[in-house]
This record gives sequence, C-alpha cells and structure tokens, in this order.
Amino acid sequence: MKRLLLVVALAAAPVLADSDLPPAPLAYTQLPDPQQEARAKALMETIRCLVCQGQSIADSDAELAGDMRAMVRQRVAAGEKPAAIRAWLVRRYGAWVSYDPPLDRTTWILWAAPLLFVTIGAIVAARSFRRRGR
Amino acid sequence: MKDRAKWAPLVLFILLGAALSYGLAKPEDRNITSKMIGASVPSFVLPPAASGLPGLTSAELASGKPHLVNIFASWCLPCIAEAPQLKAIADAGVPVVGIAVRDRPEALARFLARNGNPFKAIGADDASQVQMAFGSSGVPESFVVDGKGMIRQQTIGPLNPQDVAGVIAAVKAAR
Repeated sequence: MKRLLLVVALAAAPVLADSDLPPAPLAYTQLPDPQQEARAKALMETIRCLVCQGQSIADSDAELAGDMRAMVRQRVAAGEKPAAIRAWLVRRYGAWVSYDPPLDRTTWILWAAPLLFVTIGAIVAARSFRRRGR
Repeated sequence: MKDRAKWAPLVLFILLGAALSYGLAKPEDRNITSKMIGASVPSFVLPPAASGLPGLTSAELASGKPHLVNIFASWCLPCIAEAPQLKAIADAGVPVVGIAVRDRPEALARFLARNGNPFKAIGADDASQVQMAFGSSGVPESFVVDGKGMIRQQTIGPLNPQDVAGVIAAVKAAR
C-alpha cells in the first residue's frame, strides 16, 4: 500500500501556480542600447516585486516580476524617464512598491533616527566622560 | 532615583516583548491594495481571449453601465473556487467582464466549459500590462467599475459566497 502511494505520488503531475505562456520578450532580454539598459536596470533594482515581497523585480523570478521588467524596459526604450515609470507604479500600488521611499509624514523617522541616536550617544558620552574626569 | 533606574531595563524588555508578541499575534496584512480606487479605469484595448466572446476595452467600461471586472486566469486554482459566485452575480443581472492574465485560448475554453461562463467579454492580457494598470497584484481580483468608468471597489482573492450580496449591492450602487 505504502509503495503504491509512493508510485502514485511520484507519477502525479504537480499543480502549477504559474501560467504556461512563455515570459514576455523583454523579461529576460537586455535592451540593445547599453545606456538604456543601465537606466532600466537601476530602476528595476529599486522596484519591489508584488509576488515575492522583499525581492526587487530585478531579482525575482515570479511571472509578474518578469512582466514588470518587460514593462520597464519597453518604457525606457520608448524614452520615458525612470522617475516617471516609478511614479506610474507608485500611483497604482502606493509607495510600498518603491525601494526609494519619499520623505513624508510616515518616513521622516528613517532620516531622523540616525541623527537622534548620534545625539543621544553624544549626550551619554559627554556625561560619562565628565563623571570620570571628576 | 537610583533604585527606580535599575528597573528600567526590565520595563523596556517587557515592553519590547509585548510589542513583539502583539506583532506575532496580529500579522501584517500582505495584500497590496490598488491605489486606483476612485480613479478612472486606465485606457486599454484588449483583444478577445476566447473564441465567441468579444475582447475588452476601457471605453466599454465607461459606456454608462456599471460592471464587475474580474481579473483571472485558467491556470489559477482559486479562480475555479470563485466561479459559482461569479455565476450568481451574473445571474443577478450584473454585467461581469473578464481580464484573462497570461492565458491561452484553448486552456481558457476548457476552463469556461468546465466551470461555467459568467463573462460577457474577456480581454487577453498576455503580459499582465492591464492588470498592472489596474493596480492588481495577483489573480483572482475583482473590481467594481461604475457607469462612468471609475473604479469603485477592489476584492483581492476569490469571491466567497458571503461576498456575493455585497458585490451585487456595490455594482447596483455604482450607476
């Protein structure tokens, strides 16, 4: 019985969660113009994949990430500015989709925190040095 | 003063522990909601995805009648699970239109034959471009679009039986 189950399990086709369409032409193909490709690559590295959240679309093998890379390359090749493409995506998915967060009400602490910690450190250091000097 | 200060690390530790357990007990919502709700459907023209059904254009969504736009695919298993709900919604008189993501006509025809066809039109979105334009990040997702072509509501994941009445009401309210 166990052996039969094993045979059945090995013979069963896995259920696929992906389509069987080939990747979009520009998902895995660089643009012929190296300058345009460099611009597209820089943008792709700072756009977050919607499927494997935490990876950039440059790193992800998800189908949607491939389609997003194709979209980025097409638009860069058509002369669109990377900032405009990022804005297009942020308009649809929110600032979440970008690894280059804007400075706003919820993100200011990212910039303020290092200054805050250095200030606290300086105060602590100053006080402990003063104590030792006494 | 000195006495009280020595408890500070313990208090901080307990606060940190409480914050971490709260985070574990209530995990963050991983769904990416579309920021296009309240905006017009981006303009698009999609060719027919299945023989016998027309394709889909943004102009049709702005032609005066509200629609339910279902973003789905024949290779998507939860889309099978929501098929009866889409049928119930279509039977209630709601025009249901589909956007088939990365699909093949023959696979889609098999899917419709097996799970029923609630769709008035299905556009073929072979490179997920229109899906992205809607701010959708997966299949299935459903958008309520009003008669002027404005996106009113998004449902992420399959429509469950308890969602049907709400979706019908939302479409009826979106004249």
